[in-house]
Amino acid sequence: MAEFVSQPDLPPPVTSVGVIGWLRKNLFSSWANSLLTLLALYLLYVALPPLANWAFIKADWVGESRDACDSGGACWVFTRVRFNQFMYGFYPAAEYWRVNLAFGLLVALMVPLFIEKTPHKGWLAASILLLYPIIAFYLFAGGAFGLEQVETSLWGGLTLTLILSGVGIVASLPIGIVLALGRRSSMPIVKASSIIFIEFWRGVPLITVLFMSSVMLPLFLPEGTHFDKLLRAMIGIVLFQSAYMAEVVRGGLQAIPKGQYEAANALGLSYWKTMGLIVLPQALKLVIPGIVNTFIALFKDTTLVLIIGLFDLLAMIQAAFTDPHWLGYAVEGYVFAALIFWIFCFGMSRYSQALERKLHRGHVR
Amino acid sequence: MTLEKKIMAENDNSHAPIPVSEDVMIDMRSVHKWYDQFHVLKDINLTVHKGERIVICGPSGSGKSTLIRCINRLEEHQKGQIVVDGTELTDDIKHIDQIRREVGMVFQHFNLFPHLTVLENCCLALIWVRKMPRKEAEEIGMKFLERVQIPEQAKKYPGQLSGGQQQRVAIARSLCMNPSIMLFDEPTSALDPEMIKEVLDTMIELAESGMTMLCVTHEMGFAKTVANRVIFMDGGEIVEENEPEAFFSNPQHDRTKLFLSQIM
Repeated sequence: MAEFVSQPDLPPPVTSVGVIGWLRKNLFSSWANSLLTLLALYLLYVALPPLANWAFIKADWVGESRDACDSGGACWVFTRVRFNQFMYGFYPAAEYWRVNLAFGLLVALMVPLFIEKTPHKGWLAASILLLYPIIAFYLFAGGAFGLEQVETSLWGGLTLTLILSGVGIVASLPIGIVLALGRRSSMPIVKASSIIFIEFWRGVPLITVLFMSSVMLPLFLPEGTHFDKLLRAMIGIVLFQSAYMAEVVRGGLQAIPKGQYEAANALGLSYWKTMGLIVLPQALKLVIPGIVNTFIALFKDTTLVLIIGLFDLLAMIQAAFTDPHWLGYAVEGYVFAALIFWIFCFGMSRYSQALERKLHRGHVR
Repeated sequence: MTLEKKIMAENDNSHAPIPVSEDVMIDMRSVHKWYDQFHVLKDINLTVHKGERIVICGPSGSGKSTLIRCINRLEEHQKGQIVVDGTELTDDIKHIDQIRREVGMVFQHFNLFPHLTVLENCCLALIWVRKMPRKEAEEIGMKFLERVQIPEQAKKYPGQLSGGQQQRVAIARSLCMNPSIMLFDEPTSALDPEMIKEVLDTMIELAESGMTMLCVTHEMGFAKTVANRVIFMDGGEIVEENEPEAFFSNPQHDRTKLFLSQIM
């Protein structure tokens, strides 16, 4: 009987591994795919070189006025000269350190929350949530303990964008959760008022809300009451976004099986404990993409405040290129605005993906 | 043990009972229930004594799950009276809480909390309902995980366990609250055949320790060896109830005979 000789391990054919294998599999797997690949390459060839030429190669970077921009490319001198206004609005230059300190403090406080091993994270987060807004408000507004007062009408630029969206994000999530729970409540009055609130705010465009808050509301207020315009816009944004948030959270709540409620009830957990310990942790995890989506929309929607005369990042940029000294540099301004917004939105999106992965670990269903 | 004393103390201030004899744990008197127009429980009368082990069987849709779910108010009955360990089930949230402390429940689909570890599943109610310090709660949790023979899984998440292990965790989770009555709602019907035994063994061990048990199940072997009484339900009514031996060897009603002939 012939002896059995096992076959030696052979390397796979060169066409299926390495660079060639990857190209075949991903770019040229079928004639349609090949066509698309070639088309994409052609579009890149058409678009990229002129773009790089405009944005980098022929661009002007140094100088103090438009006279420095004579080479035909982008005039980044404009954004560089106006950079401080884009960041701080009309905030007095001597007080910039207060804005920097406030944001620096926030970053420093947040860092431990992102480190896995920090003890008492819950307490830390709670104290940041309760104390930080007070400290930040004092730093921004001043007016006491030796800090010069800065009117909210002077706040602007990226600072204002971040303040509006930060407040919007932090306030709309809890309000949205309460509204979502209210909408699923068995108590008719709670349920009805939640539905009315959500449907009202979802049915109105944000621009209308902002106009109402800045133009109409003062008419209804008693003579002489002063109600800060920024605060009014903030409340408008928060109420508007929490209605959207409520619907996102409700989607998560509906995905939790009835058995989870029953098990919690059978163990004697009260309604709020069932929600807080069992249902919400699972429901919120399910809708992280939707929540972050709403956050990103909110962040970009804050630019609408420019129509009621608040100078956020976009409004500052528009104001800058309508300045007679810099007329004609709108493209540079908008590209700069787009870049800043993209950095923040992309950051949020990546963070949400990381969070999903982290929370998914351990308990695959 | 301190926990038991605590619970005894809680029982002392339970509400004035309808007069029943000392060891009656559950007393249901002409209980009716409707789902909208559908009359799902019809005139149920059932008395369960301390330490009794009752198996409820019957075709699907006969109301057997609804019956035991009424005992801890997962379902509401519309007519009649249910008294659990001297406390009557009413709309009063205090009574409901009181009864849920006494009654543990195990579900067909385990209903473990997937975002918590096995040990956290066990400790959750001790910490948040009984207000026990975490360390003490974890000791109790481990004790019961040892009793159902899976202490080594304590740090895992439910999704990482087999069905049989999950159901044993669910049993441990209920036992942690030191209930005097355990309800089982088809505890083995979602399990693969080779895992049924490990769950039944746990339940048999529990029965031997003197626990009052009501069990909806189709495991007739379990009914024969463990139950003191078997109840057969059909169409929302208790058709027949008897000691297991007599029930299986000499069923009285045609419907019972038909049912037994189909499942045996």
